[in-house]
Amino acid sequence: MAVQTPSVQPPSQAPAAPGDQPARRRASGRLRLTAVRFSRNRMALFGLVMLVLLFLMAYVSPLFYKWDYTELDFTAFQKPPSGEHWFGTDQTGSDLFALTARGMQKSLVIGILTGLICTFVAAAVGAGAGYFGGWTDRSLMWVVDLLLVMPSFLIIAVLSPLFQGTTWLVFVVLLAAFSWMITGRVVRSMTLTLKDREFVKAAKYMGVPAPVIIFRHILPSMASMLIIDGTIQVGAAIIGETSLSYFGFGVQSPDVSLGTVIATGTPAAPSFPWLFYFPAGCLVLICLSIAFIGDGLRDALDPNSSGAKARAPRTAKSTSTEGRTS
Amino acid sequence: MGRYLLRRLINHVALVLIAASLTYFLAAISLNPRANFAGRNPPVAASSVTATLNDYNLNPDTPVVVRFAHWANGVAHGDLGRTVTGGEVNDEFARRVGVSTRLLLIATILGSIGGVLVGAWGAIRQYRTSDRVTTLASFFVLAMPVFVIAVTFKLWAIDINDAVGHKVIEYTGEYDPGLTGTGEILLSRLQHLLLPSLTLIVIQVALYSRYQRSTMLDVLGSDFLRTARAKGLSRRAALMKHGLRTAVLPVVPLLVYNVVLLFTGATFTEKIYGWHGMGEWLVNSISTNDVNAVAAVGMFTAFVVLIAGLLSDVLYAALDPRVRVR
Repeated sequence: MAVQTPSVQPPSQAPAAPGDQPARRRASGRLRLTAVRFSRNRMALFGLVMLVLLFLMAYVSPLFYKWDYTELDFTAFQKPPSGEHWFGTDQTGSDLFALTARGMQKSLVIGILTGLICTFVAAAVGAGAGYFGGWTDRSLMWVVDLLLVMPSFLIIAVLSPLFQGTTWLVFVVLLAAFSWMITGRVVRSMTLTLKDREFVKAAKYMGVPAPVIIFRHILPSMASMLIIDGTIQVGAAIIGETSLSYFGFGVQSPDVSLGTVIATGTPAAPSFPWLFYFPAGCLVLICLSIAFIGDGLRDALDPNSSGAKARAPRTAKSTSTEGRTS
Repeated sequence: MGRYLLRRLINHVALVLIAASLTYFLAAISLNPRANFAGRNPPVAASSVTATLNDYNLNPDTPVVVRFAHWANGVAHGDLGRTVTGGEVNDEFARRVGVSTRLLLIATILGSIGGVLVGAWGAIRQYRTSDRVTTLASFFVLAMPVFVIAVTFKLWAIDINDAVGHKVIEYTGEYDPGLTGTGEILLSRLQHLLLPSLTLIVIQVALYSRYQRSTMLDVLGSDFLRTARAKGLSRRAALMKHGLRTAVLPVVPLLVYNVVLLFTGATFTEKIYGWHGMGEWLVNSISTNDVNAVAAVGMFTAFVVLIAGLLSDVLYAALDPRVRVR
């Protein structure tokens, strides 16, 4: 490792704030700095604007759009996009724009919930394993290893008959259950180094209980990593959800998700291409904007981890969970 | 080192066995093979259904533990049980592994080489137009669920076929069974191979080029590369002999890991293009309530993860002298 002298460092790479400044000022300064860095990244800004627009499309547009996703227009079957039906209609006369908006609502909620749960579990388990060490560590890491070996796609698909007719929240829990392990490992190894730092030791010797130390001292110190990872997990969860739903193993029939909308459109797509391209395009835009935002956040929050160092070792084993099932 | 590896191996094998058993339990509890006989015309007598299911060790009324014991005993003797239609899981297994191998062989080789080259090229030309274009393209591909890529290719192929007037690009199955003559069969196989290979290659190039680009960027700023240039090597020779060779090393284990995982990971590609490989079996066995087949796929997946992990660890040690010395 080359030792970097401060003089060689470009100004944008300078640490967020010197450690000896008051905590309050450092926090607000850090936030502003992050925001400035983020907004300087054009791709990230584009992603953010795009995602806001997609959210508006999913949640606001149904309020004033003419058609409801359950309504059928018996004067228009398999009609291409027009002023009347923005994305066209399918063989039963349902409006594809309304369906897509409805599907996006579910996919976005599932993605965000899964990302949140998964980051929380990863943080709690990883920090617990790293902080307590010993048998806690060994058994928790064994669970991580086991879940990594378990074929997640297969297990969720196998369990799908069981949650048929119940709520889609079960599906969220399952998705989250199979996606926290790699982050958990990273959190654990970061905890191992933080455990010996003075501020943690000081808290410990003052008699602060372990859970408080973990949630008030250890986890905030790795907040940037957790935020970045959470963002990426949201994208991964949306891809996982739509992929499972595409085969009918995910969101079940009274509910509509982007995956089910695309799946119903696909068989007719050779003759009526809009049935596939519009919902699939929306899905790609969602995932793309989330990826851009995640990348921008990484640059803004963690400028010293140039892609490789932060990502290569971590993703080295993540592929089984990340759901890159081709 | 040897003892460490041995202990890890034993631990991993135990994990695979537990994962396989868990998969069997979940599948046996969740799936209902009796449903396959419902709605047959003429209707099958309940008693004969029960007899058949008992015969195949698939009767949901038999306690799970009893079924599991029977299955585990068979597996220990190398017999994976019977499929829901009465065939041997072993035969189906062997056939499908063959199909997957034929699909993956060319695609993974081209995909890996392509990913390394595109990534290294992007790093050398950092921030120029070509780098921006490849980076953006890989972001785009990675934001797409695989089924979206596969279906899009299929739709394009249909358009091209329509434009040309006859079927140039095939998109269903592995070969045309009606053909005779070595040349024709070979051509037909190539025609069928084109689209699924292209799908897998695009995904792999996008994924691997991200890693390769960041490792290459690290190497480009290194002192030893400057030394190589300073001693008079041409830029090209320095980049190829000293740069790329060093930068590929950390990527190779990752590559191997991903390639091995593709064996069951090519689910969407196989399913959408109608190749009857392992990945397709994963989806089909679940939709046909084929408990023993699901268990076989689950076990194989866990096994593949194990092999991939071990192989990438060994490769890492073999390729990187720093790890070897330790």
